[in-house]
Amino acid sequence: MTARTSPPKISFREVTRSFPVKGGTFTAVDRVSLDVGEREFVTIVGPSGCGKSTLLNLAAGLAEPTSGEVVVDGRRVTGPGPDRGMIFQQYALFPWLSVRRNVEFGLRVAGVGAAERRRRTDEAIDLVGLGDFADALPKTLSGGMKQRCAIARAYAVDPDVLLMDEPFGALDSLTRVQLQDQLLDTWRQQTRTVVFVTHDVEEAVYLAGRVVVMAARPGRVHQVIDIPLPYPRTEETRLSAEFAALRNQVWGAVHHQEAPAEPPAR
Amino acid sequence: MKAGQPPDMAAAAAEPPAGEAPHLAQRAGARRAGRRREAPRGDATRRRRRPPAPLLNVLSLAAGLAVWALVAAHGVGGLPGPAAVGRRAVDMLRDGTLEGDMLASVRRVLAGFALGTALAVLLGLLMGWYPVVRALCEPYVQFFRTIPPLALIPLAVVLMGIGETPKIFVIFLAAFLSSVVATLQGVVGVDRTLIDAARVLGARDSTVFLRVVIPAAAPFILVGMRIGLGSAWATVVAAELIAAQEGLGFRMQHAETYYDLDTIFVGLVAIGVLGLVMDRLLLLAERRLTRWQERR
Repeated sequence: MTARTSPPKISFREVTRSFPVKGGTFTAVDRVSLDVGEREFVTIVGPSGCGKSTLLNLAAGLAEPTSGEVVVDGRRVTGPGPDRGMIFQQYALFPWLSVRRNVEFGLRVAGVGAAERRRRTDEAIDLVGLGDFADALPKTLSGGMKQRCAIARAYAVDPDVLLMDEPFGALDSLTRVQLQDQLLDTWRQQTRTVVFVTHDVEEAVYLAGRVVVMAARPGRVHQVIDIPLPYPRTEETRLSAEFAALRNQVWGAVHHQEAPAEPPAR
Repeated sequence: MKAGQPPDMAAAAAEPPAGEAPHLAQRAGARRAGRRREAPRGDATRRRRRPPAPLLNVLSLAAGLAVWALVAAHGVGGLPGPAAVGRRAVDMLRDGTLEGDMLASVRRVLAGFALGTALAVLLGLLMGWYPVVRALCEPYVQFFRTIPPLALIPLAVVLMGIGETPKIFVIFLAAFLSSVVATLQGVVGVDRTLIDAARVLGARDSTVFLRVVIPAAAPFILVGMRIGLGSAWATVVAAELIAAQEGLGFRMQHAETYYDLDTIFVGLVAIGVLGLVMDRLLLLAERRLTRWQERR
């Protein structure tokens, strides 16, 4: 899992992202270096304002680093592309399109032919179990279903990398657990590299092979903790002593960081 | 920006004559919500308190007519009663003047409205998408918005004569100015995450604009069009004071010189009915096009 023989899939190299604010500069992430291996599942946790979402935006190409670079597959990221799918906390479904039309959006944009598009769309919709709701509008779906639709939309274009920005943060805890298991299932079926941002320590440990704990002001990598629990993970994993120990370790790393340097602006 | 906001925004941008548009939109929204399968929280209680609207509408209309008849029967201000006005309307329909006037007014409103909103939507979209276009156009839009289009009638007459052109121009300007800002707001308010989501899925700028920005702004655009239609109607009567030969405004103006209150009332009612019908048609289009919106 963490033994990476091949070159990293995603490489953050001394990445800094800062922007001017009133009376100074706000540094969202400060000289972050981090490698994510091919097919690795990495979660990023940390207090709010630690720049975890910024890291995802940088990898997605939605934001540009002030200095340093993000490299995916050996190529420097200069903008968004369908090789890197992204899932947003607020689902970001196109509300005027049905589930099916949402899912096939990326394929249409890429000019995929009708038959092939139909096949891949159906496949993605089935994968997340929304087959009965293919023609429903997003407003009629529950939060969990919306997020499953968003996941299907990202899967349909078959990205190598999945960037997930607190995707289950707005869901109730039961739905969240369901979607976590579903995500791990689909990840094991069609393995891809996943970077998953969350503020939920339990979620971070349950999903990941490696947890990156960040610190705030300025956002930086605080600690990287390996999670040597075997997949598939189940309820048993969740209730095991090893899991509890790892959760406590990550919890400690998140909640007992040295006090941040006081003024948020540097 | 969240769905359901366009009506609020309409209230902010509305010219006085179109002030009722947001109210209509809200009512329609409530009715729609009632039909939906899983109504959001709060809707049920709101619906229970509301008596059946159509029945109340009819009752209120009947009561209004009764009061009107009563006031007229007591000879207040020489006011004609509903019966007299109805008879005059029938007369005017028989000799074809009412149809001719209505047709003339509707033609002007439609021409001005179509030209005005077409340009407004186009310019509003461009202003919302390209900061350069916005910076170049906004001073003019904001400046002309402060001038009532009717104030330009003298200028229009001098520059364009007394034919159809100045009349349509003034209506065009009214419709344009009231819907350009709504469109601009719609584009500027498009949820950033939707644009990001499209870009991450591989959409280029042109695709984002056509497939995300325009549909997302559609509710605002349609509210803008309804406000524009209101402004167009509000303007047509005054525009027809410019040496017109027919049209509802002209007919009323003409009747005024003969102290012909019946005809004035026929004109007023005709304008109201036509305006309402056109607004309802737009509302219907709006409903069909923005069915996807979550309404509160």
